[in-house]
Amino acid sequence: MIKINNISKSYKATQALKEISLEIQKGELHGLIGPDGAGKTTLMRILMTLLLPDSGNAQMGGLDVVKEYRKIRRKTGYMPGRFSLYQDLSVEENLRFFASVFGTTLEENYDLIREIYHQIEPFKKRRAGDLSGGMKQKLALSCALIHRPQILILDEPTTGVDAVSRQEFWEMLKKLQEKEITILVSTPYMDEANLCDRVALIQNGQLLEVDSPSNITSRFPGKIIKVRSDNMHRLIADLRRFKKAESAFAFGQYVHFTGTDNKVEPSELEIYLAGCNHENIEAEYIEPDIEDVFMKLMSTDKEKVVGEGERQEKE
Amino acid sequence: MKQLKSFIKKEFYHIFRDVRTMLILFGIPITQLLIFGTVIKNEISNVPVAIYDQSKDDVSLELSAKILSSGYFQLNENLGSIAGIDEIFREGTVKQVIIFENDFGEKLQREGVANVQLIADASDPNMARLVTSYTTGIINDYITKMHPNLQMPLRIKPEVRMYFNEEMKSAYQFVPGTMALILMLVSALMTSISITREKETGTMEVLLASPLRPVQIIVGKVLPYLLLSVANAFVIVFIGRLVFGVPVAGSFILLMLETILFITMALCLGILISTIAKTQLVAMFISLIALMLPTIILSGFIFPIENMPTVLQWFSHIMPARYFITIIRAIMLKGVGILFIWKETLILLGMTLLFISISVKKFKVRLE
Repeated sequence: MIKINNISKSYKATQALKEISLEIQKGELHGLIGPDGAGKTTLMRILMTLLLPDSGNAQMGGLDVVKEYRKIRRKTGYMPGRFSLYQDLSVEENLRFFASVFGTTLEENYDLIREIYHQIEPFKKRRAGDLSGGMKQKLALSCALIHRPQILILDEPTTGVDAVSRQEFWEMLKKLQEKEITILVSTPYMDEANLCDRVALIQNGQLLEVDSPSNITSRFPGKIIKVRSDNMHRLIADLRRFKKAESAFAFGQYVHFTGTDNKVEPSELEIYLAGCNHENIEAEYIEPDIEDVFMKLMSTDKEKVVGEGERQEKE
Repeated sequence: MKQLKSFIKKEFYHIFRDVRTMLILFGIPITQLLIFGTVIKNEISNVPVAIYDQSKDDVSLELSAKILSSGYFQLNENLGSIAGIDEIFREGTVKQVIIFENDFGEKLQREGVANVQLIADASDPNMARLVTSYTTGIINDYITKMHPNLQMPLRIKPEVRMYFNEEMKSAYQFVPGTMALILMLVSALMTSISITREKETGTMEVLLASPLRPVQIIVGKVLPYLLLSVANAFVIVFIGRLVFGVPVAGSFILLMLETILFITMALCLGILISTIAKTQLVAMFISLIALMLPTIILSGFIFPIENMPTVLQWFSHIMPARYFITIIRAIMLKGVGILFIWKETLILLGMTLLFISISVKKFKVRLE
């Protein structure tokens, strides 16, 4: 449904996208995972025909993003990264406006957005600017869906939204997927990656990995030990000084540790840390998740001058 | 068509829900008109004067009374000697001192010549000129009426008539000018701001990602402001007539058609500004500095174009307001028809077409 072919894009001195290629199937819920400034928004804007690529080409539903931009705009739904509805218009006015812009009406496609709109309908007379973050996001999604798009492009829809609303939002996306809408969604939250069919990890304008979340994590080479102690601040530094340490990153309340080989045991770390005057030490094996993979890819990416070769081997 | 209709509806929501927009649209024009109307004046009233009457006879007293009862002047002080004059001007309490010489009436009777001296505070030269000429006028008037048979030495007496504005009312000058200024400002400012606001808040990104065409967006932005500006023009003409007594001698319909043309031109200029400006602040800056000042100075609104240096006269040719002011002065004051102003009308039409075609061409269908 979406085909991206060697797309590159630069802004003055900085190269935002470096020869990105990606293919997304019909009805797929595809995640674009990466930190701020990785190039997610640029890629989505190119797909939404809002920016022109410097080189390469892309098709949305078989339509070229440069030449057939007008047709694409009719068939796709887009939710930009920033809340971009009219704050001084009410919920209902916003929805009706966008419906008419796409040549349809609220009533005509009510069934598609019913479940989402239902939750904000009690507030339909309220100005969009006075809605809470979660409600704004539901309204924006309703507006993006009002013309029954075949493809939905969502740029960081869950940024700045509370945990409950985030979860609800992903449930809504799953339901939309059942209605055969192809969805490309970007997020800086690694934990949301597991909810996608496939994810593309993006960093510095390059794709590091494209696969299903389980395949990506299962290929993680090392074992991960999660560690905590009373002095978290010193813990990372001490772990990195450990002679068999490869990496140690803070993950919420824990530090995720990987050794240079898979022979580092949790008990070995406990003894070492006790020697460094740490108290209440916990250390145990855990399954790697997307974020572990990402941290590893990022750190190896920096070491490699050209990261292309290895990634293609993996794929 | 339905798209355009709902776009216009949305625009009206924006306008009517924003207090600042409403203030700019309706508050500024009315206050500006009233302020210009009361401030820009070439007429004088109740100017404080002092009189030093050395003769105090019938004639000098009667003449003083005549001057003071004219409504233009107000007696501040009767001076007893010439010594106080310097000081009284320094204090700034009076603008003019009138001095009658000794035996004023007698000399006038006997010799036919008597001296009255007018000393004016010329730190404000405009004022000084006005004050002395008004006084001279009253004195001459008095002499001719008092002595109709008095054979003055042979002289040519010009009979001056101020055509189209018999009383030289300054309202006749500023009402058309203010109308041009206000319509230009409000129209260009409001459209350029309303488009750049969509860029700033990110809603333009959603509009661009929709099937809306640039023409629909531009027309959708222009039409609501056109309607409101025409309403504004009505209000200005109405206030001009009611408060300042400026007539519409010519066809009112022609006046309104020309006004609509001018407003459309200004709106297109606003769109053009918004294709250049990225933020509301820049749009406002361009509209105010680049449009308002030249419009005030170079359009012939206040300063006559004929008296400008040649270079500035060339510049005044690219001021749309210049043509509009010529047009409405012609219609409102002279009462002429389209035959006399077709040239100016064509120029405005040409400018409108130029601006709109550049705008449509420059309007970006993408974000960059």
